[in-house]
Amino acid sequence: MIGIYLLNLLLALLLAPLLLGIINRVKAWIAGRHGKPLLQTYYDLAKLCQKSEVISPTCGLFFRLAPALQLTVAVAALALLPLGGQASPLRFTGDFLLAAYLLGLGRFALILAALDTGSSFEGMGASREATFSALAEPIFFLAISVLTSLHLDLGQTQDQAFSLSLLFGGQSAGAWLSGKYELLLLPVVFFLLLLVENCRIPVDDPTTHLELTMIHEVMILDHSGPNLALILYAQALKLWFFASLVAGLLVPDLGLASSLLWIAVIFLVACAIGLVEASMARLPLKRVTTFLGGAGAMAALVLIFSQMR
Amino acid sequence: MLLNICLYLLVLSNFLLLGTSRVAQMTKYTALQGFLLAALLFDFGHSVLTVAVLVIKGLVLPGLLWHTLAKMPKDSLICPHRLVALDVIAGMAGLAFAIWLDARLGSDLTFNLFPKLFLPLGLTTLFCGLILIIGRVKAITQVIGYLAAENGIFLLGMPLMTQGTTWFELALLLDVFVAVFVMGIAINRISDSFASMDVDRFRSLRD
Amino acid sequence: MLIAILALPIVTGLIMLFFGRALLCRLLLPVTAFCHTLLTAAIAWQVAHGQKPSALAGMLAPDALGVLFLAIASVLFLAVSFYTVSYLREEERIGIHTNILLDHGQFTNQPERRFAAFLCFFLASMSLVTITPHMGVQWVSVEATTLSSAPLIYFHRHKSSLEATWKYLIICSVGIALALLGNILLSVAFYSPKAPADAGFDQVAWFIAHAKNANPTWLKAAFVFLVVGYGTKMGLAPLHNWLPDAHSQAPSLVSALLSGALLNCAMLGLLRGHQIMQAAQLGEMSSQMLIFFGLFSLVTAAVFIVGQGHYKRLLAYSSVEHMGILALGIGVGGLACQGAMLHAVVHSLTKCLLFLLSGNILARYHTYSSYDVRGLRWTMPFTGSLWLAGFFAIAGSPPFGLFVSEMLIFKGLLAQGYVWLAISYLVLLAIIFVGLSVACLRMVQGNRPLDMPKSPREPVLSVLPPLVLAICVLGLGLCVPDALWHFLVRAASLIG
Repeated sequence: MIGIYLLNLLLALLLAPLLLGIINRVKAWIAGRHGKPLLQTYYDLAKLCQKSEVISPTCGLFFRLAPALQLTVAVAALALLPLGGQASPLRFTGDFLLAAYLLGLGRFALILAALDTGSSFEGMGASREATFSALAEPIFFLAISVLTSLHLDLGQTQDQAFSLSLLFGGQSAGAWLSGKYELLLLPVVFFLLLLVENCRIPVDDPTTHLELTMIHEVMILDHSGPNLALILYAQALKLWFFASLVAGLLVPDLGLASSLLWIAVIFLVACAIGLVEASMARLPLKRVTTFLGGAGAMAALVLIFSQMR
Repeated sequence: MLLNICLYLLVLSNFLLLGTSRVAQMTKYTALQGFLLAALLFDFGHSVLTVAVLVIKGLVLPGLLWHTLAKMPKDSLICPHRLVALDVIAGMAGLAFAIWLDARLGSDLTFNLFPKLFLPLGLTTLFCGLILIIGRVKAITQVIGYLAAENGIFLLGMPLMTQGTTWFELALLLDVFVAVFVMGIAINRISDSFASMDVDRFRSLRD
Repeated sequence: MLIAILALPIVTGLIMLFFGRALLCRLLLPVTAFCHTLLTAAIAWQVAHGQKPSALAGMLAPDALGVLFLAIASVLFLAVSFYTVSYLREEERIGIHTNILLDHGQFTNQPERRFAAFLCFFLASMSLVTITPHMGVQWVSVEATTLSSAPLIYFHRHKSSLEATWKYLIICSVGIALALLGNILLSVAFYSPKAPADAGFDQVAWFIAHAKNANPTWLKAAFVFLVVGYGTKMGLAPLHNWLPDAHSQAPSLVSALLSGALLNCAMLGLLRGHQIMQAAQLGEMSSQMLIFFGLFSLVTAAVFIVGQGHYKRLLAYSSVEHMGILALGIGVGGLACQGAMLHAVVHSLTKCLLFLLSGNILARYHTYSSYDVRGLRWTMPFTGSLWLAGFFAIAGSPPFGLFVSEMLIFKGLLAQGYVWLAISYLVLLAIIFVGLSVACLRMVQGNRPLDMPKSPREPVLSVLPPLVLAICVLGLGLCVPDALWHFLVRAASLIG
């Protein structure tokens, strides 16, 4: 079983940059353009790795360390998920806390790196990033707590119900298939969280060219060369992480077949992101809180509903 | 199966109603509620009423609201976002209260009469309607809220309907139709003479 | 006969709406009212002699309580219809009016035929409220009264009346919707899975007969919603917000009907609930609720009447007060309940009289402020003296009918042992008396404004109906006819 899991992890590490390509192609297709090649992100990564790096003399140690740290935590968080429906060998009770805070650590490193440059633009981006992720975190935990309470009700022990491997391992999908329709809102909640955490439209625009309106992009303005490649790759892995959460709720436990289905759902999520980006405009910064509030309201709704039975 | 899905969609439509700031969108959700009520009636086996509700609550009333909207200036059809957020929170509280009330009132009597989830969801729909009436400042959202509240009450009355009471339900529908019609006329007048639909402007009458 | 009493106003209303010349409307309105009163008298005679008229398979079958309120509505409509003739004539003469409350905008009235037609529809829906024993039909017709009277309030097409109409429509519609929920909960309380019995049309009697088997929790919940729903329409504080606005902005004759007839009709819905609660041995709870709302209305009215400068709002708050007194009397029961029935009759007559007169004053002075109306007894001798008499009557001073009824309720309160309630009742009435008489005396006394002509002609039809009403009120204060008293006692016995 560990072999299958490792295969899934390998696939995740290999295919993650493809998600960005899919999003771009869907956007281009809707806009009637041909768009970049699907493998563009791989080309970018290869190109960046060959380039030399320029580092501003005002930058300190953190600026150099942050990209590597970010990639490490992204891989570590991914390894805690039950990829392809297979339970992770690293699972333990309460591992969702570790996963959430690993991602938080990566974000923290990036924010420090951005502040390290001493540029006012980057500081502004960092403050926005900190605000939105602070707002997104309680919603993430709220949604997780809905799932745990559901699994406790389903008769799982305390040990199991607090592990990502159970929560996203196909049992939840079985539950909504058997009549708990309110659970179908949870993938939507995680999808919204994905949009916030990965800085996609309508929260942030990854393709914008005006520093004043950027959030994530402005933080990495000063990075270049291999370090930028690390950040880009870490970002793709983070996208894969959140898309996996959605997939974990939608794909039932079908043994080996669920691995394939899992990857298919992840690609579908990427298409959905593309559709959202093509059809929506960016929200004003003030409205992002409303957007997050909507996600929180949905999670609360599911909680109330599932407690009602 | 159909019953359960409809009930879930109904609650969802309530929160969508509370959570949108665009009035045009809200009329669509009103129509959705009409369709859902018709589907529920179909599930209960009231064929005449299904058709009547489908036509009146699903098509005619939303159409009437839509018609009223079409004459309004477009920028007057957005509600303030702050109110929207407050409304959603209030709706949550309403849902929780309805569930609590259901647990309090629940007895053998109600279990026989109401299918599961029926009572709390009907009450929630009623609360959401009331929240829309109180919590938004536009005349037309008050009408939409009235319709939602009325839908909730209609839902609660559904298990009590028999073949013998069809005439009463039809009279009820007619009443609601006339009420919305009259309100629609009044809204037109309001937007003509106040150049706005905000009920906030109603300040001339007080002590 | 029962069908005729509904069909008559509907048919004449339709005739007015489609073929309505102004002259035809003004002719048809009093004729309709007169025929309606005759039919009502006939029904009342039947019911008083123990017969049980019924029509449409029992959908229309009035009891003593219903007939009492039907008679009030019909008599008021008769008085108002004659007044309307002169009112419409005057309005037509002026043509384009100015809004005196807000921004002095110009406005025109609604077409006369529409106004007259909706008056008739309003009468029809009120009649249906009173003569049906089915709670559902009653609900539908109460909602119909809201819808048919909303265009009446918007007769003067200006902003303020539009505002009042909107408040009236929304608040009353929502309130009535809650009453529907009350009806549904009532059915739930009486639901039994073994025998889902068909109550037929005579729901009230059926409910009362089966009250012992009802589920008390649901019955209580149902009554709460009925109180909130019909209480809104009836104008019980704190649900009365629409009432002063609608009454002050509607044409005076419409205010007279709203206050005198409609509020009573809404109360009927409440009384049905009270009847059922008493049959289910829950009368304690419903009585307490009625007493609470009654007292709260009295307090609210007292607070707003003192220092109120707008004389039509003053009358409206006085309606809140009297609805409170009615709820109080009915809640206490016994003698107070009989007093409350008499009070309903006399209050309707008096309030109608006052609103009609306020229309005359408004037409002459063009102001709503009781500070600007001075010297009524010089400028309008008939209206002025009737206004003074009406005010003393509404404040409950002898020898008018309201004194008798308020005294009966007071005696009832003492007889049931509510001493503190009786004392606060007296204190509140005293405060209201002072508040009312200050405003009234200020209007009647004083020097006439210089631009007012001295004692000019007053149209006969604008003072005759109030005069007749005033004579009735005075007569009821001097002696209540035995026949009427027996009828009132019968009605009161239905609600304990």
